[in-house]
Amino acid sequence: MKHIVVLQFPGTNCDLDTKYAFEKLSCKTTVIWHKEENLPENVDLIVVPGGFSYGDYLRSGAIAKFSPIMKAVIAYANNGGKVLGICNGFQILTEVGLLPGALKRNIGLHFISRFQTLKVVNNNNDFLQKCEKNEVLNIPIAHADGNYYIDEKDFNELEKNEQILLRYSDEHGEPVIVNGSVTSIAGVCNKNKNVFGLMPHPERALEEILGSTDGVKMLEGLIA
Amino acid sequence: MTAIVNIFLKEGVLDPQGKAIHHALDAMNFEGVEDVRMGKQIVLKLTSNNKEDALKEVEKMAEDILANTVIEDYTIELV
Repeated sequence: MKHIVVLQFPGTNCDLDTKYAFEKLSCKTTVIWHKEENLPENVDLIVVPGGFSYGDYLRSGAIAKFSPIMKAVIAYANNGGKVLGICNGFQILTEVGLLPGALKRNIGLHFISRFQTLKVVNNNNDFLQKCEKNEVLNIPIAHADGNYYIDEKDFNELEKNEQILLRYSDEHGEPVIVNGSVTSIAGVCNKNKNVFGLMPHPERALEEILGSTDGVKMLEGLIA
Repeated sequence: MTAIVNIFLKEGVLDPQGKAIHHALDAMNFEGVEDVRMGKQIVLKLTSNNKEDALKEVEKMAEDILANTVIEDYTIELV
């Protein structure tokens, strides 16, 4: 049985959804308070869930990066361990430098909460290995600071190394502008392809009654 | 001593909040505004009275947490 650790900061609000999601996928999950300094033994995946850590004060994810547990998370990732950041978790992972780029205020300044179609850009990574390249997924988004920015030089690296995971798209896979992200990027991974971040919420798309089950194959890729 | 840290999005990085303010000013018929950038100001009361040490320390704060240098520039003023 895979063991998933879900981090919890003051202001995190998707921790229990994420725990529920991985338990539904038959994983053992442990929620860890950010003041902890050590991770449990035998962890297969760390998830930094969504929410508003520290009320998004200063910048989304900026304060959380100095929480005691983050040192252990960085060491775990640098050792090749798998880390997934969803929404605020994605913002935190860019703030600590585990993922390239940064997330700015949405171009329209609105908090956007709705289902959004996404195109799978690269699937040669653990996260999207169960999805087809160019497949269109339907996953909820809920964010105010999802406007992904990266400078041109780093963007070229990202593209060359196939680190772009997902783009906001229409139902045919054509990119659409949702929040102003550079080339409509919705998710990226690091160069070593063991750290993943995305603004959409796959953990909210596991059951037909909630509108989509496309999140299942995303999360399953990480525990395969 | 007091340190005033001003943080703005880098030139060339689109500032959606600045743009919204610009639109509002246009709508209110304030003419002659070419561009609006919105930033934040952080005021730090320091115990140190040594300008050089203080500047070094605040620069480190700015680099480590106050600004995200991927998208933001900062200036430090000591008074």
